[in-house]
Amino acid sequence: MGEGAKFFFKSLFQNKAAFLGLVIIIFVFALALGADFIAPYDASYQDRESFLLPPSWEEGGSSKYLLGTDPIGRDLLSRIIHGSRYSIFIGVSVVSLSLIIGIIGGVIAGYFGGMIDFVIMRLMDILLAFPSLLLALVIASILGPGLVNAAIAITVVQLPHFIRLTRAEVMQHKTKEYYTATKVIGASKIRLMFITLLPNCFSPLIVQGTLNFSNAILDAAALGFLGLGAQPPTPEWGTMLADAREFVLSAWWVVTFPGLAILITVMAINVFGDGLRDILDPKLRKS
Amino acid sequence: MFKVISKNLLLMIPTLLGIVIISFSFIRVIPGDPVIALSGERAMTPERYDELMHEFGLDLPLHEQFFSYLGDVVSGDFGKSIATRRPVVEEFFTLFPATVELSLCALFLAIVIGIPVGMVSALKKGKLVDNLLMGVSLIGYSMPIFWWGLLMIVFFSGYLGWLPVSGRISTQFFIEAKTGFLLIDSLLSGEEGAFLSTIRHLTLPGIVLSTIPLVVIARQTRSAMVEILDEDYIRTAYAKGLSKFRVVGIHALRNALIIVITVIGLQIGILLAGAILTESIFSWPGIGKWMVDSIYRRDYPAVQGGLLFISLIVMTINFIVDFTYALINPKLRK
Repeated sequence: MGEGAKFFFKSLFQNKAAFLGLVIIIFVFALALGADFIAPYDASYQDRESFLLPPSWEEGGSSKYLLGTDPIGRDLLSRIIHGSRYSIFIGVSVVSLSLIIGIIGGVIAGYFGGMIDFVIMRLMDILLAFPSLLLALVIASILGPGLVNAAIAITVVQLPHFIRLTRAEVMQHKTKEYYTATKVIGASKIRLMFITLLPNCFSPLIVQGTLNFSNAILDAAALGFLGLGAQPPTPEWGTMLADAREFVLSAWWVVTFPGLAILITVMAINVFGDGLRDILDPKLRKS
Repeated sequence: MFKVISKNLLLMIPTLLGIVIISFSFIRVIPGDPVIALSGERAMTPERYDELMHEFGLDLPLHEQFFSYLGDVVSGDFGKSIATRRPVVEEFFTLFPATVELSLCALFLAIVIGIPVGMVSALKKGKLVDNLLMGVSLIGYSMPIFWWGLLMIVFFSGYLGWLPVSGRISTQFFIEAKTGFLLIDSLLSGEEGAFLSTIRHLTLPGIVLSTIPLVVIARQTRSAMVEILDEDYIRTAYAKGLSKFRVVGIHALRNALIIVITVIGLQIGILLAGAILTESIFSWPGIGKWMVDSIYRRDYPAVQGGLLFISLIVMTINFIVDFTYALINPKLRK
């Protein structure tokens, strides 16, 4: 293991909150991967004898269903476990897509400057002029409801942050001596952009990516809740909350647990992201 | 400073044009026929179809369509809603005060609670109080806002039965809309209990909508304060023998506010996005719910107009924030 990696893991172990965040993230990934083996029931299995059964510790609850059942007799715990797949899918796909497009766009804008930069940045200004969720809603309504389309919509909405960040980093590093030196040696444009400059811009991008992972999960849940994300009977957490809405005054558990799953996952990612920023950003390291 | 402002104003022009292009294209990229999208009529004769094509100007070349749309927009004509057959402008501005009222209340809560919380946290940095406050703020930051709204309903309306679940006022009151702001209108009406009913209806959505801005403001105030309390001039102020209240409340806070005001300005867009969810949960008759309903109803002229309006409002507010920032930050004044 290199010196940098050693320092990284040492710092991570010292930051207890960030470490706990990482453990929870790994746990959620494990749930998503092993949902078929871990969940006690299939996500769509219906027990026609047990509609809206409260959690097992409440009066009237059954030990067969730990967190209770939903209005059509499906096990809440199993649905939440299966639901982790959709949130992870959204997070991973949105962040990787917006990282790839954002890096290419940002490096081009920051490297070339001038007219190209102007056009790219004005496009991003336009995207930023719309409240993010509204824009995602409209895009999802154009593409049609569904999980993949929700991922595309959220990617478009998050793109400006990655492009702006990459551009700012590239512009900053263009003034450094190592860049001028490489340029004088005669390196090609592509080499200058993606091999010389880009690796030095990675730290803030990793932090931004982590924090946007949690935003993507929240936005996808919101779209699901508004009926434009994953469609029932998909056990996506936001969609489950939308289904549970009419039982808000009669069955608290169908409303509480899917949201709790979102909260815990998002919180773990945010804590981990904050810790990552403290470790990767030397300017913040002392505070 | 004048230079900065005029440069920002000039930069707004291409953005504005882009926003108009997006809302113009919107009706043309949605799946299906724009005539059906604009008129809402499904089964129609070919004659009627041609008539409508002509009425909406869809038989013209694309660039002519765009300039005629641009002309309409500039003159304030945003088309008619399919659902109500009323002009979109009229619909929007009837509902807009409800959203403004809710957003202002939320912003007020966020500022009044957020800034003191951030200050206390900064003063007690690393202590239990700080950890506790920042822990709670992290929960608020990571919470799906619609779920938070549902939990509030479960607890305050369902379990305790204290507060109403939806609407702006009890149905027993009929308040004439003079300003559109029910807090003011209900007072003006002089009806007993109307004002109280308005407040009771405003409480839950107001708290829910304020959550994220509150947390952001608290965190930013804290980090700005922590940095400032380390500065030399703060030590000087203490050395002069000034009271802690004066140093923290005036010297430090004034400088922290420069940063916090920008953050507050940036919350406006977040408030409008949050209003979409909050209004949907609490059936609050504002533009957020109206946009979502219009999307469900496929009322495309309404969505198109609303999109344009909202982005114009966000842009204007961002501009005002930049302007205020330049005004209060002495470093930018020259």
